[in-house]
Amino acid sequence: MTTKTGIGASVLRKEDARFITGTGAYTDDLSLPGQVYCVFVRSPHARAIIKSIDTTDAESSGGVIAIFTGEDLRSDGIGDLPCGWLVKSKDGSDMLAPSHPAIATTHVNYVGDIYAMVIAETIEEAKNAAELVEADFEVLTPVVDVATATTADQIHENVPNNQCYDWELGDSAAADGAFANAVHVTSLDIVNNRLIPNAIEPRAALGNHDAASGSYTLYTTSQNPHLERLILAAFVNVAPEAKLHVISPDVGGGFGSKIFVYAEETAVIWATAKVGRPIKWRAERIESFQADAHGRDHVTRAELALSGDGEFLGLRVKTIANMGAYLSTFASSVPTYLYGTLLSGQYKTPAIHVEVKSVFTNTAPVDAYRGAGRPEATYVVERLVETAARELGVDPAELRRKNFIQPSDFPYATPVALTYDTGDYEASLERALSLAKYSEFAKRRNESEANGRKRGIGFSCYIEACGLAPSQVALSLGAGVGLFESAEVRVDVTGSVTVMTGTHSHGQGHETTFAQVVSDKLGIPFENVTVVHGDTSKSDYGLGTYGSRSLVVGGSAIATATDKVIAKAKKIAAHMLNSTEEQVSFDDGIFKIPDSNESLSFGEVAFSAYVPGDFPIEELEPGLSEKAFYDPANFTYPAGTHICEVEVDPGTGTTEIVSFVAVDDFGTVINPMIVEGQVHGGITQGIGQAMLEHGVYDADGQLLTGSYMDYTMPRADDVPDFIVDTTVTPCTHNPLGAKGCGEAGAIGATAAVMNAITNALDVKELAMPATAETVWRAITGD
Amino acid sequence: MVDITITVNGTGHSLSVPDNTLLSDLLRENLRLTGTHIGCDTSQCGSCTVELNGRAVKSCTVLAAQANNGSITTIEGLGTPNDLHPVQAAFRDNHALQCGFCTPGMIMTAIEMIKDATEPLSADQIRAGLEGNYCRCTGYQNIVKAVLAAQTQLRSV
Amino acid sequence: MYSFKYHSVSSTEEACTLFESSESAVYLSGGMTLIPTLKQRLDYPTDVIDLGAIDDLQGIDTENGSVRVGSRTCHADVACNPHIQALADLAGGIGDLQVRNCGTIGGSIANNDPAADYPAALLGLGATVHTNNRDIRADEFFLDLFETALHTGEIVTAVSFPTPLRAAYVKFPNPASRYAIVGVFVAEHNTGIRVAVTGAGSCVFRATAIEEVLQRDFRPAVVEGVSVDHSKFNSDIHASQEFRGHLVTEMTKRAVAKIA
Repeated sequence: MTTKTGIGASVLRKEDARFITGTGAYTDDLSLPGQVYCVFVRSPHARAIIKSIDTTDAESSGGVIAIFTGEDLRSDGIGDLPCGWLVKSKDGSDMLAPSHPAIATTHVNYVGDIYAMVIAETIEEAKNAAELVEADFEVLTPVVDVATATTADQIHENVPNNQCYDWELGDSAAADGAFANAVHVTSLDIVNNRLIPNAIEPRAALGNHDAASGSYTLYTTSQNPHLERLILAAFVNVAPEAKLHVISPDVGGGFGSKIFVYAEETAVIWATAKVGRPIKWRAERIESFQADAHGRDHVTRAELALSGDGEFLGLRVKTIANMGAYLSTFASSVPTYLYGTLLSGQYKTPAIHVEVKSVFTNTAPVDAYRGAGRPEATYVVERLVETAARELGVDPAELRRKNFIQPSDFPYATPVALTYDTGDYEASLERALSLAKYSEFAKRRNESEANGRKRGIGFSCYIEACGLAPSQVALSLGAGVGLFESAEVRVDVTGSVTVMTGTHSHGQGHETTFAQVVSDKLGIPFENVTVVHGDTSKSDYGLGTYGSRSLVVGGSAIATATDKVIAKAKKIAAHMLNSTEEQVSFDDGIFKIPDSNESLSFGEVAFSAYVPGDFPIEELEPGLSEKAFYDPANFTYPAGTHICEVEVDPGTGTTEIVSFVAVDDFGTVINPMIVEGQVHGGITQGIGQAMLEHGVYDADGQLLTGSYMDYTMPRADDVPDFIVDTTVTPCTHNPLGAKGCGEAGAIGATAAVMNAITNALDVKELAMPATAETVWRAITGD
Repeated sequence: MVDITITVNGTGHSLSVPDNTLLSDLLRENLRLTGTHIGCDTSQCGSCTVELNGRAVKSCTVLAAQANNGSITTIEGLGTPNDLHPVQAAFRDNHALQCGFCTPGMIMTAIEMIKDATEPLSADQIRAGLEGNYCRCTGYQNIVKAVLAAQTQLRSV
Repeated sequence: MYSFKYHSVSSTEEACTLFESSESAVYLSGGMTLIPTLKQRLDYPTDVIDLGAIDDLQGIDTENGSVRVGSRTCHADVACNPHIQALADLAGGIGDLQVRNCGTIGGSIANNDPAADYPAALLGLGATVHTNNRDIRADEFFLDLFETALHTGEIVTAVSFPTPLRAAYVKFPNPASRYAIVGVFVAEHNTGIRVAVTGAGSCVFRATAIEEVLQRDFRPAVVEGVSVDHSKFNSDIHASQEFRGHLVTEMTKRAVAKIA
């Protein structure tokens, strides 16, 4: 049913009222009585031995309450920050994970690594004291270059060759066989540039300890508060889970970077008990640059084998992935299970083999950033396919069509471990070609040339695996946690509904989308549904929001719990109507029985549930509140086609995106307005990677892009209006038919942009970001 | 310490703050007007934008003392959920926000842009006018749409 | 920020007296560079002297064929004054809307950031910098990286720009900071052509070789043939010396094309 507020309607967002009036409550907006402030003392060196730390002068600085070093945490039993996914190397051995203390004890391993924390009455007093913390460092030569990290100095005692793992997926012999039979081989050397996430709200933490109960409360900028609590309790040993209350209030964007459990909130929540006062910390932007987990950073050699008539025969990919200095919370899974598994793309490539070496360097930890592994995979596949088409002189759309998995092929098992459930890739391609007016491109190119400009067009037919994940699959592949989601649908006495979810909204609009699902299913007004998230004391459990999972997993849990509510309500209605629950039908908020004019509204049944005057209490419990834990049967597979058209000014190398079309298949769409917004934002981050953004370290491991003066963020005048549309093949295995939309833009866009620019310049390879100078050099042949 | 007398959202305040207090800190910490956000250290992100004496400024790059005797409007001074300023309403109606963190600054900048324009702004002019406001969520498209819509309404008044 | 004593002054005399009696004072004009510098603890003055309340440093006057801009005039106000359109265009492209509402011409030129826009206008237009005790020709004002002819404690009070016959400014912005990677101000005066380049080197400079060819033939194409020595240019992650050298030629061509 599509109503003005139901599934499929572009309902305006419930959360906007507080955000547009400045009454949202982000972590740094909160204050607790008697709170003090924390400043972290960070390494200026990329790699050094900590010979000693002298805090004497700092301790006597004005306003100082306490100064702690890594030894203080260690001696108090505080454990290392763990990595939650164990990846095995191809020889069967476990990955090598270095010790990752929240505050460094013996070595600092990247610029920004913390070696002390200062707590003082004011921020300025804490900063004054931080400058007086004297560390005696023995500076060592850092390892910065990812491509040569395995032959550089060994960073961690227990990690020879700086190699975390050497992983593979697919059939090596089959792939080699395909190449032996190939008529044409297209190969590319690809660098997937390091990105720095840059949610506009910097990370923050506000901790409090109640000495009487021994319980802790942590307000923090987390995408997954329950996971934060689990790790702080079970691995870091701050306190038992039941004594640890984690709240993620309004959070100003995450894009992956706020999934992880970081040193800062760990130290803050621990120290709050030590000093007996609430402690607040908010990152300055320079700290976000230095110490938020970065994204991407792969070096890859990729080859595609084709038959004489352009059929894909095999794909070989060798990637070195940068982990940075330590393993962040999910770092190991990103270049493996979220990357290698996606290399089949939308194509029937029969033989695929991928090898990934993950290495440590003296740079900030690298982990999931919007798309996480899937943008890197899409970039490899779609740059190869486009290049192959150019080398063979065939239309890139035609080469793709020829190799697409067809609707009749589903379910389709790829050679890299996934089984796609459904899709229609040609449908989105055709729609995108039409919206992009592809047939008139040659004319537009001629016009550009007449004006002294170079014009190019590029495609990207991406696929992603979303809705992380079937727990059984994830656990068998090394995940440390199940990846289901919980929900509770609590019907109030008067028939309004409160929904508790374990996902977390930090821009996605869950308070609106989930309310649409519930109001639609229950046939009650949208306004009567309130969604609660981000508080470990309110929802049972949850794995949070990332991997485009919230609607497909969290929403499915909500749908399931809502179905349970309906089932229970039918029992009550049956009792009220003197019938049986099998006889009771429920449609659009009304309970009916056959051959009767009698009916009950949802509100009447809800009221009766809480005022059970004559319930047969042996058979029928009072109350109307249900829970569900939903574990998906498979990933979901959103897919689509992005087409980018650019115009290059050869005089300066400046590239302008003149048109960008995205046609995505997200399955069932609950709120098209919100989905479009997600696509716009994702595309902009994808364009950012292709043309603007780059996290750069110099040879000494100093971050050259440590502020907005040097790290190029996409601004309003860097991007055009996007033309977006959807095609729909509903997901076959979840109750909503939804596939997820949060990452698609970032996954698809980058390759489309680079395919367009290389087309305009008529070059095979071009480094990202395609800055003006990079483009100008390609034109001038330097 | 420096004594400051200012009017914020129509209400007069007299207070004494350390000389190095930023206007953004005075608003957020002393007056608890936390709708003005802090997103960077180098005066680029624009989340802290407020109106000072009729002009949009980045309050993280103005000393509180410089605003002495001044008049300030923050996001909290524009409208309430039941009586929104046209730019606030346009942001909601056009889905021009996602996480909401940059939104107060965006709205304050948009208001000045519309107010200053002698002719209706084009989409390109709006994009250029938003140079000092970063958004990581929306891709800007709906923000531009919202400013265009708000402009139409405000210019017709 | 480290702690400091803030002073608001109502005259340049008062400002100078305070400056001299302070251990290490700085003047605060628009604050667009100073305040971020203080926030990052890169400077630690004992005293910050705010010039904002000195009324006679504000405003724009056109007199005898020249434009006199008070040092405390913000970029937004210069951008609205059409008397020298190239100057207005330049001011309208500095920073962003909010920065233009605060940043001032006096603050910008006293700082002499190598990538700032105003130095190109001053040099290109042959402006005169007025201070509280003398006048300094723009040709003698900008000395080197963040270095000017100002004496310690001296205050810029205004800048006078002679009205050119024609002028244009074109810049290639740094994609991140939006400062100039290269900005070129081309102006034709009764006395000849001036071409001032900012962003490329450690300090704004006149491209005399380009001036000479344009003097003979004011067309974009002639610039192409002039070799630009980029060996002392800036180089960073955004642009190499060579690319900056190319951009000097390219931006000059575009500026000339705008007014040829």
